[in-house]
Amino acid sequence: MQVPIPFSPEQASSYSGQVDALYGFLCALTFLVGIVISLVIIYFAIKYRRRHDTEVGKPIEGSTKLELAWSIIPFCISMGIFVWGASLYYKMYHAPGEALEVYVVAKQWMWKFQHLDGQREINELHVPVGRKVKLMLTTEDVIHSFFVPAFRVKLDVVPGKYSTMWFEPTKAGRYHLFCAEYCGTSHSGMIGWIDVMEAAEYQSWLSGGAGEGSLASSGEKLFQQLACNTCHRSDAQGRGPVLEGVFGKEVQFQDGQRLIADESYIRESIITPRAKVVAGFQPIMPTFQGQVSEEQLLQLVAYIKSIGSKSPGAASTNAQPAKPAPPQQ
Amino acid sequence: MRNRRSQRRLSNRVFMEIAEKVIPPRTHYLNATYGVKSWLLTTDHKRIALLYLASVTFFFFLGGLFAVGIRLELLTPKGDFVQAETYNRMFTMHGVVMIFFFLIPAIPAVLGNFLVPLMIGAKDLAFPRINLLSWYIYTLGAAFTVVAIILGGVDTGWTFYTPYSSTYSNGNVVLTGVGAFITGFSSILTGLNFIVTIHTMRAPGLTWFRLPLFIWSHYATSLIMILGTPVIAVTLLLLALERIVHIGIFDPALGGDPVLFQHLFWFYSHPAVYIMVLPAMGVISELVANMTRKNIFGYKFVAFASLAIAVFGFLVWGHHLFVSTQSVYAGMMFSILSYAVAVPSAVKVFNWTATLYKGSISYNTPMLYAFGFIGFFIIGGMTGLFLAALGVDVHVHDTYFVVAHFHYIMVGGTIMGYLGGMHYWWPKITGRMYPEAWARFAALVIFVGFNLTFFPQFLLGYMGMPRRYYAYPEEFQVLNVMSSAGASILGIGYLIPMIYFIWSMRYGPHASANPWGAFGLEWRTSSPPPTLNFEKTPVVTWEAYEFTPRDEMVVVSVRDLLDETLRPRPVGSE
Repeated sequence: MQVPIPFSPEQASSYSGQVDALYGFLCALTFLVGIVISLVIIYFAIKYRRRHDTEVGKPIEGSTKLELAWSIIPFCISMGIFVWGASLYYKMYHAPGEALEVYVVAKQWMWKFQHLDGQREINELHVPVGRKVKLMLTTEDVIHSFFVPAFRVKLDVVPGKYSTMWFEPTKAGRYHLFCAEYCGTSHSGMIGWIDVMEAAEYQSWLSGGAGEGSLASSGEKLFQQLACNTCHRSDAQGRGPVLEGVFGKEVQFQDGQRLIADESYIRESIITPRAKVVAGFQPIMPTFQGQVSEEQLLQLVAYIKSIGSKSPGAASTNAQPAKPAPPQQ
Repeated sequence: MRNRRSQRRLSNRVFMEIAEKVIPPRTHYLNATYGVKSWLLTTDHKRIALLYLASVTFFFFLGGLFAVGIRLELLTPKGDFVQAETYNRMFTMHGVVMIFFFLIPAIPAVLGNFLVPLMIGAKDLAFPRINLLSWYIYTLGAAFTVVAIILGGVDTGWTFYTPYSSTYSNGNVVLTGVGAFITGFSSILTGLNFIVTIHTMRAPGLTWFRLPLFIWSHYATSLIMILGTPVIAVTLLLLALERIVHIGIFDPALGGDPVLFQHLFWFYSHPAVYIMVLPAMGVISELVANMTRKNIFGYKFVAFASLAIAVFGFLVWGHHLFVSTQSVYAGMMFSILSYAVAVPSAVKVFNWTATLYKGSISYNTPMLYAFGFIGFFIIGGMTGLFLAALGVDVHVHDTYFVVAHFHYIMVGGTIMGYLGGMHYWWPKITGRMYPEAWARFAALVIFVGFNLTFFPQFLLGYMGMPRRYYAYPEEFQVLNVMSSAGASILGIGYLIPMIYFIWSMRYGPHASANPWGAFGLEWRTSSPPPTLNFEKTPVVTWEAYEFTPRDEMVVVSVRDLLDETLRPRPVGSE
């Protein structure tokens, strides 16, 4: 699998060898097609060169059989390439359940990383070798794109939403991180490094830095500072839904729609609370747009995620209201 | 056998004599009237073509100037030639100028305008005044863009992605957008004019399947122009509204979706790639048929391939969004459809190649450009398969691999087609021959310079160098230096034809009506043609590219072709 291809970056993730294999196949195919057609053209060009000024070519109508052959064969080959390419893509976009999670906030022109344990980094990400790493990315301003050539992964980071990507580093080392989507004056300065470390080294790095407590605990503090807890009470007596046990469960809304509560849903509920109102509650929550930064949002999300597994006091798991449903607005 | 051969030679001689007999009239479209006014108010499609020729040539060299700046900056890894801000404006203006003001109008508005009526035996396009209007609209749009450049340009990339363009950029986004918006209308009018002309003004006897393939490809191009261009107009309008009054359609802070812009933008801009390359394919079909003096192998397949490309071209825009967070399943659909559009492109290449079989192949400059086009198009097309393969695209998206790919299609394809066509029809347009030796030399310089410029960029891309980077890590330098060196050779290659074309307008030998012994109605009138194109309306009784009468046509079998290719018979055994 791990065939080294000239002019390619290091193969440093479980995925890179697979991408290189398809790339190598396509290079070989291109070379073959290019050489065959060129040789035919050169052969014809020499053999049938014009010998005198008034010569004309031999009229040949064409051949339906040949036309069909050179339509169907390339189509079949390209379908093969499609299946190969699509299966890689599918693998890449289906994040594994068990993974080390890191939250990423991009802004003009830097990458900010927050580890669940509380470490924060700028333009440099430390991860252990041999473990799946899942990134959840968002941006404070324009679209950026997280690109690590050695891992053969890339994903746009779009404002207003969370994107998820994953990789599994297979080789310790320091690898380029580039912003691949043009983002303004210092686009080419929005670069950094991914430090892939051996497990033991990574552990000692981890224990070195966490000053401010875990991401979830920062989120909890913020939850109280912003007085979220006055409405979202864990005893189901508040004006908002109980948040314990919500994450990862199905939520029902006033309009009858249902959704599994994920990071994007939590984010949306903080920024535009009226977009989806949980069945049985009044749309009274004010928006927090402009009051919390993307990083703080991630802390809140991490907190709500952390209480997702807790049993929710008196409320049922699908956040059914304790009191009768008020009339629709 | 011998008898048939001599017959064929005879019929050809008769044909050549007919061509020679058309004596150049004392007045033709160039000298019929004089003065600036006679040019600026002309409704003659041939003069309008020359107005466009002057305009697009200006923009080609303006766009080239920005490319010089880009390649100089990229000679060294550090940003040291200009400021980052300046560099960003240079690559944006390079893209905007080259795409909207050169590549899109180049072949249709210059060669198409000149040749569509001539090739179908008409006196002019269906709406001559609308044709002139389209040039004025183009000029107005161009004026807005030039003003935007003089005021400092714009730094968003030619793709104008939101929310950078709508909220964050401090360049002249609206002014540039208005320029592209206005120019779009000239494209729509040209397309409309071609469609009506091709439907209603074909000479008696010129049925659809007797049309030159140049006409088929321009018909397909016109369909894209009138169906696609309104979408970019709407998109640019929304962008301007978003930037000026914050309507909130693309800005997530106002409930908008920035990725929606990308969908709208590529819904036009991917088909626009075919606006650029289909006319070039039409030129190549003419060159291959006439320089081998032979009908195109599989005429109908080539004709319908143009239409298939135009139709499928509208269904593949999402392959620009594989890493944009669009749904994985949408990505798969767009990937499959992109492979579907690859098939008609491949069919064209195979048919051109097969046309060479038993042809009478000339090595004149136009044919050299056709060979170059086919070579570049194979590389450009095959690397399109890399980009449509989802797993590989994730890695090479927004890197120099993409830059190399689309330059192989647009510069290696469109500009090779354009230059090949300019050489081929130059005697018809000006009545003068260009210097053949210089022209072959320039074609060679362009071929070498082009490959040296853009091939290293494929390697850079796979190594991971992102596009639109002002400064880059040192390991990418060697390939960038090669690319810059190639660009300087390519630049010289483009200047040589510029010089000898201008020289030949005064000093070139006079051209006969049909200096190539080519087929097609445009060669059955004098060079340059009279204002109304033909002395009297031609009546067509022959098939397309019928260098020899139809009854001598043979239908080739697969076995014949393979036998011939694998076991070449000694020369003279026929």
